[in-house]
Amino acid sequence: MVVSLADYLVLSALLFALGVAGFLFKKDLITVFISIELMLNGVNLTFVAFSHYLRQNAIDGNLFVFFVMVVAAAEAAVGLAIIIAVVRNRNTLNIDKMDLMKN
Amino acid sequence: MQLALFILFGGLALAGAINLLVQKAPIHSALSLVLVMGSLAVLFLLLGAEFIAFIQILVYAGAIMVLFVFVIMLLNAQPSEPSRASRAARWLGPPVAGLLAILLAVRVAGRYHRVPANLGQPMFQIGDIGQALFHQYLLPFEVTSVLFLVGVAGAVMLAARPEEAPQPARQECPEPADSMTREKGAGA
Amino acid sequence: MTIGTFVVVAIVKALIALFILTTLIAYIQLAERKIVARMQSRVGPTRVGPFGLLQPLADAVKFILKEDITPTASEKGLYLLAPILSVTLALLAIAVIPVGPPLQIHGWTIPLQLTDLNIGLLYVLGVTSLGVYGIVLAGWSSNSKYSLLGSLRAGSQMVSYELSLGLALIGPILLAGTLSLHGIVEAQAGGHWFLWTQWLAFFIYLTAGFAETNRIPFDLPEAEGELGAGYHTEYSAMKFAMFFLAEYANMITVSAVATIVFLGGWSGPVFGPAPLRILLPIFWFALKVAAFLFLFIWVRGTLPRFRYDQLMAFGWKVLVPLALANVLVTSFAVAVLH
Repeated sequence: MVVSLADYLVLSALLFALGVAGFLFKKDLITVFISIELMLNGVNLTFVAFSHYLRQNAIDGNLFVFFVMVVAAAEAAVGLAIIIAVVRNRNTLNIDKMDLMKN
Repeated sequence: MQLALFILFGGLALAGAINLLVQKAPIHSALSLVLVMGSLAVLFLLLGAEFIAFIQILVYAGAIMVLFVFVIMLLNAQPSEPSRASRAARWLGPPVAGLLAILLAVRVAGRYHRVPANLGQPMFQIGDIGQALFHQYLLPFEVTSVLFLVGVAGAVMLAARPEEAPQPARQECPEPADSMTREKGAGA
Repeated sequence: MTIGTFVVVAIVKALIALFILTTLIAYIQLAERKIVARMQSRVGPTRVGPFGLLQPLADAVKFILKEDITPTASEKGLYLLAPILSVTLALLAIAVIPVGPPLQIHGWTIPLQLTDLNIGLLYVLGVTSLGVYGIVLAGWSSNSKYSLLGSLRAGSQMVSYELSLGLALIGPILLAGTLSLHGIVEAQAGGHWFLWTQWLAFFIYLTAGFAETNRIPFDLPEAEGELGAGYHTEYSAMKFAMFFLAEYANMITVSAVATIVFLGGWSGPVFGPAPLRILLPIFWFALKVAAFLFLFIWVRGTLPRFRYDQLMAFGWKVLVPLALANVLVTSFAVAVLH
């Protein structure tokens, strides 16, 4: 039995869904951020799988992953800097307590 | 062989992702994500994307996640308190999510035939990636470079301690005195 | 080749490599003690065996017999995982390094490396970049302020210098046109070592390599004067030995990669009868690696430690711009020449 595209798609969908769940349920700023990375990883798997199966080893999917990684790196750098700034000002990582803009 | 590898590393990735959700301490979540990334790198290898697989290890696991772990250590992030989800959400959520997942799986799985593919063979040489990157994808490449540069500058700006901050302003937000050592057994 | 034979051959090769490597590491430690002692007008270990040659054995026995302490405030799982991760990743990196041209014996081609990857250099970089986890987790899980400070330093230092390390390697890669370690060596055949044209990259690589392995003058993560022993303050017995092993394995990796990328790997005069022809390339390779290892020890006996802000400023304001400039000039030259 061979591994088909569907298997990869299901796996990446599951990873993405778990990332969404983490994003929604976690109360910790850093963990929420980590969940976003998990979603990106799930998507990357689809890109590579499609690139392999659908377009006869086209390079495009791989390059998309490359770009996603670059953007993820930039996002992580800025996001973590924001987290550090937030913790320095508010002294908490709990997203429920970051409600300065509320009301 | 390929199926076995797929099941093994796909399972590891899933286990890591679930562990990410279950763990309370941010550091454990971060390490679970490293596990996911490592397993995904192996899957990329199976799909013939050598370059992406090692870039995944080098950039994602080796740089981005190290940054996460580093910040977690720097901020001494404690395990978060459990979320105050409503009871309905707690009981209804997982079954509904599982149902959705099964639906999705059935839908996707029915759509594509099981095409045998020569998994594990490298798809292309490293030069091809460079060619594509600098011809077909030149504009996105340049745009992401600019984005990256701006990101780096922004990160430095945000994280840098204000140097000419007046003394009282600093005392308003004192660093927690015990930020260097966690309370005994806090992480156990 | 069937899967069965493949697995058997792979395991045998891995075991041989592991045995050679651990023996080598043990004797590098002895050599280091001896050489540093000579530089400081001492004699070094002499008691165990002739010229102290059995000292590594005695050290190993000592490490095994020492009490294995796990601090009560530590995070048990991560505390155990950290040294294992360190040593595993350090040894994994060596798997792709070729020590000589493939052997041709009775029609069998035996590559003198565990596995040849198209992108071997990327593999080495990737695996060594994971090595920082071992150190960072060690500091975090020990739950001691010295360990945490040491691992914070190590983490930022290794991530910072990894950048210039990778950038420095881009120049030779551009010249060679391949990421395969084998291909890079072949591109330098006939004495056209990349050292001659890429000397700037060579110095950047070596400096960054010292920082990556946390060796003097970049050993701030374990600065004993300020931090006890840095990230492994709380470790004892075999767990401590694993960090030790990882550090020396990383030294070997850095030296071997420097040899392959800049000094033409195993290239050198090959002459004489058939057995000599097989052994000489390996000898040249070993000689070059040994020269780098001696350099590591020499520098340890010579230079003082950087201050932390100097270290970061040097990495980001000197090495990275220089490495970028080198990449620019090299790619321009390659584009013009082709």
